[in-house]
Amino acid sequence: MSIEQEVEALKSIPLFANIEPSRLKLMAFASERLVFKQGQELFHQGDAGDAAYILIDGDADVSVDTDAGALVVASFGKNDFVGEIAILCDVPRTATITAKSELITLKITKELFFNMVMDFPEMGVEVMRVLAQRLEHTTSRLTEARNALREKGSA
Amino acid sequence: MEPELFKYIWKHSRKDQISILVLVLVSMPFYFLSLDLPKSIINKAVSSEVFSDPSATLPFMQFELPYGEALFGHPVTLFEGFMLTQLPLLLALCLSFLSLVLINGVFKFVINTLKGRLGERMLRRLRYELTDRILRFPVLHSRKIKQAEIATMIKDEVEPLGGFIGDAFVTPVFLGGQALTAMIFIMVQSWWLGLVAMSIVLVQAFLIPRLRKRILTLGRQRQMTARALAGRVAELVEGAIEIQSHDTTNYERAEISSRLGKIFSIRYEIYQRKFFVKFLNNLLAQITPFIFYLGGGYLVITGQFEIGTLVAVLAAYKDLPPPVKDLINWDQQRNDVQIKYEQVAEQFQPHGLILSEMQQAEKERGEPLTGKVEISNLGLVDENENRLLDTINVSFGVGQNVAIVGNAGSGKEYLGLMLANLVQPSNGSIKIGGKPLVNLPSAITGRRLSYVGQDAYLFPLSVRDNLFYGLRNWMLNDNITEPLDPKEVERERAEALRTGNTILTPDGEWIDYKIAGIEDQTKLINRVVDVLQKVDLEEDVYRFGLSGTVDAEFRPEIAESILGARVALKEHLKVIGAEDLVIAFDPESYNKNATLRENLLFGTPRKSDYAGDSLLSMPILREAVQKAELREPILNMGVSIARTMVELFTGLPPTHPFFEQFSFISADDLPDFDKIVKRVDKSGLSDLTEADRQSLMYLPFDYVEARHRLGLVTEEVERKTLAARAILAEKLAAKDPDAVEFYDPDRFNSAASLQDNILFGRLAYGRAEAAETIGRVITELLDELGLRSDVIEVGLDYNVGVGGKRLSGVQRQKLAMARSLIKNPDLLILNEAAAVLDSQSQNKLIPAIIQSQGDRGLVWTLQRAELAVHFDQVFVMQNGRIVESGAYSELSTKGKVLKSLIAAE
Repeated sequence: MSIEQEVEALKSIPLFANIEPSRLKLMAFASERLVFKQGQELFHQGDAGDAAYILIDGDADVSVDTDAGALVVASFGKNDFVGEIAILCDVPRTATITAKSELITLKITKELFFNMVMDFPEMGVEVMRVLAQRLEHTTSRLTEARNALREKGSA
Repeated sequence: MEPELFKYIWKHSRKDQISILVLVLVSMPFYFLSLDLPKSIINKAVSSEVFSDPSATLPFMQFELPYGEALFGHPVTLFEGFMLTQLPLLLALCLSFLSLVLINGVFKFVINTLKGRLGERMLRRLRYELTDRILRFPVLHSRKIKQAEIATMIKDEVEPLGGFIGDAFVTPVFLGGQALTAMIFIMVQSWWLGLVAMSIVLVQAFLIPRLRKRILTLGRQRQMTARALAGRVAELVEGAIEIQSHDTTNYERAEISSRLGKIFSIRYEIYQRKFFVKFLNNLLAQITPFIFYLGGGYLVITGQFEIGTLVAVLAAYKDLPPPVKDLINWDQQRNDVQIKYEQVAEQFQPHGLILSEMQQAEKERGEPLTGKVEISNLGLVDENENRLLDTINVSFGVGQNVAIVGNAGSGKEYLGLMLANLVQPSNGSIKIGGKPLVNLPSAITGRRLSYVGQDAYLFPLSVRDNLFYGLRNWMLNDNITEPLDPKEVERERAEALRTGNTILTPDGEWIDYKIAGIEDQTKLINRVVDVLQKVDLEEDVYRFGLSGTVDAEFRPEIAESILGARVALKEHLKVIGAEDLVIAFDPESYNKNATLRENLLFGTPRKSDYAGDSLLSMPILREAVQKAELREPILNMGVSIARTMVELFTGLPPTHPFFEQFSFISADDLPDFDKIVKRVDKSGLSDLTEADRQSLMYLPFDYVEARHRLGLVTEEVERKTLAARAILAEKLAAKDPDAVEFYDPDRFNSAASLQDNILFGRLAYGRAEAAETIGRVITELLDELGLRSDVIEVGLDYNVGVGGKRLSGVQRQKLAMARSLIKNPDLLILNEAAAVLDSQSQNKLIPAIIQSQGDRGLVWTLQRAELAVHFDQVFVMQNGRIVESGAYSELSTKGKVLKSLIAAE
């Protein structure tokens, strides 16, 4: 798989959808393509975060450690962007990501990510937009959940 | 050292000086004869009136007893000589003249050689003696010296002494003799002219030295300023970080400029004065012939003087000024080197110089130290009368382990130094087993005791040489293995003895492995590993070993084992399903995880011509590329890379870190490549200049398909690269067979590291945790195969660099401790030796070293008081005194100083 294919993959990720192809190509060129085998962990809950990953092909499980062992809480697939929270706000990994099949990723190191955002402000704006959307999404989910709880309580 | 240079010279070179003197005296008559001959040639052979008759003869080589007439009233002829007619006489006289010139020349040659040898011998002696003194400097003095200054003294400042010493006695005699001969000769010819010449010489001899006095003072200043400059320049290098980080380079420039200015004015004044003296000297020397021409000419004209005599006087006078001038120069030089000698000698007589008897070469390391270390009334005062240690009275068993704690300034460092006998007490004493430490020779204190300070020095040698450094106490065997001429060896020895040097040779066998408890070489590595583990350095040396190389020719067994590991690794990876982590080198295929360069060369360069970018300009590579028709594909790759780089990096600021990290093209060159790419896009490759082609073709050599992923390594590139690889290998084998060690699956590669040999391939790019997995697997594998100690053995050859700078600070201290531990000292003194380590590591290290010392003793001055918990006995120091002593459990209770020290940490 050549760099051009990676650029195509990057383009279809909402976070990078509005960014010039030549910038994406630079990012692809400067990042490492990493292949994980089934069962290999991208990172583990509690680790220090040094990179985010773009999933180019394959599936991954998101799990959290519980007293009863790992509990899968979500899964990611092609064109998802994972692990960005830890590099954006310097907190330990909040979950473990495990490759569910052979998983091809682009590893975006913290340094590369910040360099890109700094040099191409439009990317920063894009990141903000996506995060805001997620926040909005989370907030509305929270509201929904609260309403559901209240209904349950009043019922 | 003798305070005066002449005494020093006389003391050590009397015999040689006298034999040269004798030779000079023997040469004198010949010199005199050569002066007399011109007169005979003119007066006898050319213009003698005897030869108005062509058949007349005159004696040749007639020899009369000197002063015969005065002694016996008539000339006494010792040899009648041969009677010759005019032409044969002329020929005979001229030939005699020629042979005298030859004889004088040979004398001069022999005498100068002897003088040179004498001078060099004395220089060797002096340098040896000065170095010997450096080795005996008390350590506190050594700390204050500027190394560059002391090195300048031994290297440069004593150099002129060597030149002078050969001349010290001989020159005045030789030149004086010459001058005197010339003088006497002139006197014999004419009293009057002789007196004139003499008086002028006397004026010279009186006047010139006076004028030179100031020059000597200036010379002294010149020496001091130059020495200080050397010291300052060394400081600029040593303090580079401070100077640059504080932006004081301009202050330093100003400082150096002012020094250079001073040196300039001193030197300029010396020149002015020197040339004035020269001018005056020449003037006086020329006045004499002026008088000769005038007066002598008058005498000849008036017939009172033969013309031949005047010619001879003038010829003799020609020989008078040079010796006089040289004599004056000699005197100047004498003053000069006397000053130099005094100034150097003064620097090498520090207070408290260690007696040479204490450092005498001893075969045995002395009796083991037993009993008690008794410190009584011990005090130390520095040169400013500061009390560093004050009435210390303690004792402990030699075999105990003791911690000394206290704040910085408590004096614990000095107590450590004094226990190792590196600093002498100002009052009181330290006794070990009843014997005062100061009276023990270095053969005991340096072998039975061992010391490591907090900033230990490592020599720029291998880890092994540093580790065994402390075992080089005595030459066990002179070990002349090479077929040296025994006569040559004997001559070198005699020469060393003659100049007071040691006859021990550093090439001999010095390392006494028995001291380290290594009975034979097979046990060596186990003992080394054991010591390295004690100081937690074993893993580091193992890593050095993995990246080190081994020559299969000298260590076939290691090469064989490593080849075994290569096979085992391949199989092991297959078993764990990780064979895709390493892409092996295959002679028959292109390795997409390696660079194009590596794929072409397919080996490790042995010669630097074949490494890095110099490979690309090698004609042999160009030919191979050309022949395999790979030029065009490489050029196309270059264009693609250039185009991508221009696309990706245009618009980034030139200082952007991406250029450094990722670009094939530097920010400066980017615009040029932009133009080239545009030209290619417009009119194809045909329009490119040769220079453009060159620049483009350099680009792909570091290209790794798997890493850079530009899709440039097509089937065509692969095929043609393999063809070029084969052609290159063939050409290299024919032209330069030692240049490259080719990759061969079945052979050990002596030019590549052990790790590369085991791996025999490249780690696959883009495989998660490939490096970690492979590193772990290799380590496990080597352990399994029992090769770890072999790798460590290779790691021992790792060069630690100047001052150990290729090691980290922690590694340096660990190696220094290992160097002391391996000696099995009866008492090991560690003076904050582990201070660079973090607390956790120290907590691991201290028990390991205590255990290693066993029933032998250990004194450790700690910079963290809580670490004292590991020791039997604790001494707590404050302001140069011991304020508490006892077991840790007693002292760490409330109200104790130790408790407060721990609390303050």
